[in-house]
Amino acid sequence: MSRIARQHSAHLPPKTRATNFKEVVCGYTETEAVAEAGRCIQCKEPLCITGCPVRINIKGFIHLITKKDYKGAYETVTEANLFPSICGRVCPQERQCEAACVLGKKREPVSIGLLERFVGDTARQSGRHQTHEIVSTGTRAAVVGSGPAGLACAYDLAKAGVSVIVYEALHMPGGVLTYGIPEFRLPKEIVRSEIDNLKRLGVVIKTNSVIGRLHTIEDLMGRLSFDVVFIGTGAGYPSTLNVSGASLNGVMSANEFLTRVNLMHGNDFPRYATPVGAGKNIAVIGCGNTAIDSARTALRLSPDNVYIVYRRTLEESPARKEEIRHAMEEGVQFLFRTETKEIIADNEGWVIGMNCRSKDEAAAPDFLLNVDTVIYALGTMANPLIARTTPGLKTDKAGYIETEDLMTSIPGVFAGGDITRTKGTFTTVIHAMSTGRRAAAGMLKYLESRRQT
Amino acid sequence: MLALKCRVNVIIVTAMFEIIRVENFSPSTFLWEVIAPEIAQAARPGQFVIVRSDERSERIPLTIADFNTDEGTITLVIQAAGKSTDQMRAYRVGDSILDIVGPLGEPSEIENFGTVIVVGGGLGVAPVYPILRALKLHGCNTISIIGFRTKSLVFWEGRFRDYSDETIIVTDDGSYGQMGLVTQPLKEILAARHVDRVIAVGPLVMMRAAAETTRPFGVRTIVSINAIMVDGTGMCGSCRVNLAGEIKFACIDGPDMDGHLVNFDELIIRQRRFVKYEKQSIEMCKNRCQE
Ligand SMILES: Cc1cc2nc3c(=O)[nH]c(=O)nc-3n(C[C@H](O)[C@H](O)[C@H](O)COP(=O)(O)OP(=O)(O)OC[C@H]3O[C@@H](n4cnc5c(N)ncnc54)[C@H](O)[C@@H]3O)c2cc1C
Ligand SMILES: Cc1cc2nc3c(=O)[nH]c(=O)nc-3n(C[C@H](O)[C@H](O)[C@H](O)COP(=O)(O)OP(=O)(O)OC[C@H]3O[C@@H](n4cnc5c(N)ncnc54)[C@H](O)[C@@H]3O)c2cc1C
Ligand code: SF4
Ligand code: SF4
Ligand code: FES
Repeated sequence: MSRIARQHSAHLPPKTRATNFKEVVCGYTETEAVAEAGRCIQCKEPLCITGCPVRINIKGFIHLITKKDYKGAYETVTEANLFPSICGRVCPQERQCEAACVLGKKREPVSIGLLERFVGDTARQSGRHQTHEIVSTGTRAAVVGSGPAGLACAYDLAKAGVSVIVYEALHMPGGVLTYGIPEFRLPKEIVRSEIDNLKRLGVVIKTNSVIGRLHTIEDLMGRLSFDVVFIGTGAGYPSTLNVSGASLNGVMSANEFLTRVNLMHGNDFPRYATPVGAGKNIAVIGCGNTAIDSARTALRLSPDNVYIVYRRTLEESPARKEEIRHAMEEGVQFLFRTETKEIIADNEGWVIGMNCRSKDEAAAPDFLLNVDTVIYALGTMANPLIARTTPGLKTDKAGYIETEDLMTSIPGVFAGGDITRTKGTFTTVIHAMSTGRRAAAGMLKYLESRRQT
Repeated sequence: MLALKCRVNVIIVTAMFEIIRVENFSPSTFLWEVIAPEIAQAARPGQFVIVRSDERSERIPLTIADFNTDEGTITLVIQAAGKSTDQMRAYRVGDSILDIVGPLGEPSEIENFGTVIVVGGGLGVAPVYPILRALKLHGCNTISIIGFRTKSLVFWEGRFRDYSDETIIVTDDGSYGQMGLVTQPLKEILAARHVDRVIAVGPLVMMRAAAETTRPFGVRTIVSINAIMVDGTGMCGSCRVNLAGEIKFACIDGPDMDGHLVNFDELIIRQRRFVKYEKQSIEMCKNRCQE
C-alpha cells in the first residue's frame, strides 16, 4: 500500500479569509495532484465508484492524472459528470466516493474530490471543453429552472440534438449554485464558465421567466409547442420559524440573507443598491449546510459576533464536517443543544436578543443571547407555484412532484432535482445532476417512441 | 447609462426592455410604458413585475398598472419613494431596463360581485385601475374612491370615470374634490347602502384604515400587500405576511389578501426594515456611486 500521506490542499489562513470572499480551499498544485493520484492503489474492484451517485470512473481518471494526461482525465470524468469543477468543490465526498475508498479503512481515503476539481480546473484554465458533433433531431425541449438538475438535463438533451430553451425565474442562471452557495466555497466565475459550456451546445437560457406565471406548463406543451418539458425548480421555499418574534425586524431566512449577498451583491452595498440588513451580533438558527454557509457569510460582513444556535449536538449536524471545522476556525461560535425560545425586540420592532434554553446540564439553562440579527436555516420545502398552476400534475402531500422513471403524471413532462424526492437520498448538487441526466435519457426515449408511432 | 449594462452573454437571453413613453404626473410620480410583449400577453389585473434597472440595482416590485396585448407593452406608475425609485426618474424614452420579470402574483379575483367599491390612495391609485376596469367589464356596479395629497397630484381621473358608476376624489387639503381621507366617503357609502366587496390598494396605513372601516359592516375587503420583496418567486420569505396566524408569502399567495385577516401592525414595522440603510445609501451615493 502506498506510503505517502494524503496531500492536503493549501487553505487561506482563517484570519485573512474571514474578512473576504476569496475561495478558502486553494486546490491542488500539479505536484500535489500527481502525488495524491499516486496514492490510489488502482483496486481491481474499485469501491469508490459505488459511492459516487453518477458512477464516475474514478479509478480511470486518477490513473490518467498519474500519467499527466489531463485531457484524458477530463474526458473520463465528463462522461459521467458534466461539471467537475463544481462537484469537486461541493460534493459531500466524505459521505460518498471517499467514504467508499478502500484506503479509508486503515488510513485516509484518496482525496477524490480535490482531484476531480483539479481535472476540471485544469481543463478550464487551458480552455479545454467537451466537443460534440451535434446532429439536430428537430425536436424541442423546455427546461424549467437552471439549477444543477436543469443544467445537466439541458446538456444531455442538447448533445443528443434536441433544441433546448431553459427558463429561469431569476436574472441569473445556476439555481442554488448562484444564489445559495457562497463565493468562498464556489466562485461564481466557475459556475458561469460551466454554464458557458452549454452555450457551445446551442442551449438558450431565458432568464426572468417564471413558469406558472409567464407561461404555464400547459402553454409550453401547447401554445409554445415543445415536445418535452423538464421541471427542475428545486425546493427553495423556506420553512418558517415558529417562535414568538419571528416577524420582527432583523429576522430573515437564510435564503433571503444568502440571496441578498450572493445574487444581489449586498456585501458591496451601497455600490450595489441592495442592503443586506445584517447587524453586529448575528445568530444563525440551525446547523445544516445552509446554516454554516450563512454563518460564514455573515462573518465576512465583519460583525462583532456570529453564533450558530443548534438544538442538537455537533455529531448530529447534517453539515459537512469540513465546513463546520472551517467555520470554527474562522471564529463562528457554536451553541449546541440550545433551543431558541423567543426573539425579543425594542419598542420599534428591532431585534435586541434571543431567549435561549440550553439542554446542557453544565450550562445555565436559560440565557439571553445579545443579538440584533437572527437568520433561520431550518430547511426548505417544495415551492407550490408549478403544482398550483399545472392541473393534472401529481404531487405528494408536501407538494413534491411525483414521478415514475422521472416522468410526471403528465406524459412528456419530466422532473428531477430537489423538487422530486427519493427516499434515502440527500438533496445534493450531484444528486440533482444525476436525476437531470436520467430524466434527459427518459425524455430522449420518449421522443424516440413518439416518432415511431 | 447603457455602458453599465455590459453583461453580453449570447446564450443568456435577457431581452432589454425599452421605454417608449414617459409621463410625469407630478415631481415624484411618473409613468413608464415599456415594451414587454410576453409579459403583456400573460398579465392579469392585480399582478406585478419586479424591475432591476441596471447591473447594480435592487429588484423593485411594481404593479402592472396597465397592459396592452396589441402593442406588446406594459405600463408602470412609479412613485419615487427612495433611492432606487428616485433613480428611475432619470430614464427617458428610448432607454432600456435591464431586467423585468413577471407577471408575478395571483391575479385579482374578477367576477360580477354586484356592487364593488374600489379604493386607491397615493401610489395605489394606478395599480387599482386595471382591477376596476376588469370588474366593470364583468358587469359590476363600480364606485371608485381615489385619494391624493393635493390637487396637483391628481391623475387618471378620466380613466376612473370611464369605468366607474360613481367616482369620488378626495384630497388631504381639500384643494380638489372632497377634503379628507378615503375612509370618510367609504364609511358613508357603506352606511347608506348594500355593498358586496371593497378593494383597497395603497400605503399600508391606508389599507389598514380601509379594512377597519369595512369590518363592522362585514363587507369582504381585499387589499394588495406591498411587502418588501427580493426574488418574488417564494424563495426568500422576505414578503411574509401573517394572515390570521398563518404565514403567507405576498409574492406567490398574494399580493391580494383578505384585509380583515392581515396583521398590518407587523407589516408596518417590517416595512421599515431598511430605513437606516436607505439613508446611508443615499448619503454615500452622493459621493461615490457614480464610479
Ligand atoms: C445554502 C446551500 C448550500 C448547499 N450546499 C451544498 C453542498 O455543499 N453540496 C451539495 O451537494 N449540495 C448543497 N446544497 C444542496 C444543493 O444546492 C441542491 O440540492 C441543488 O442545488 C438542487 O438542485 P436543483 O437543480 O434541483 O434546484 P435549484 O438549485 O434549487 O435550482 C432551481 C432553479 O429553478 C428556478 N425556478 C424555481 N421555480 C421556477 C419557476 N417557476 N420557473 C422558472 N424557474 C424556476 C430557481 O430560481 C432556481 O434557479 C446546498 C443548498 C443550499 C441552499
Ligand atoms: C407587489 C408590490 C407592488 C408595488 N407596486 C408599486 C407601484 O405600482 N408603484 C410604486 O411606486 N411602488 C410600488 N410598490 C412599492 C415599491 O416597490 C417600493 O416603493 C420600492 O421598492 C422602493 O424602493 P426605493 O429604493 O426607491 O425606496 P427605499 O428607500 O428602499 O424604500 C422606500 C419605501 O419602500 C419600501 N420598500 C423598499 N424596498 C422594497 C421592496 N423591495 N419591496 C417593497 N417595498 C419596498 C420601504 O419599506 C420604504 O417604506 C409595490 C410593492 C409591492 C410589493
Ligand atoms: S461527483 Fe462527487 S461523489 Fe462522484 S466522484 Fe466526484 S466528488 Fe465523488
Ligand atoms: S477505492 Fe480508493 S484506492 Fe481503490 S481505486 Fe478507488 S480511489 Fe483508488
Ligand atoms: S419575495 Fe421572496 S418569497 Fe416573496
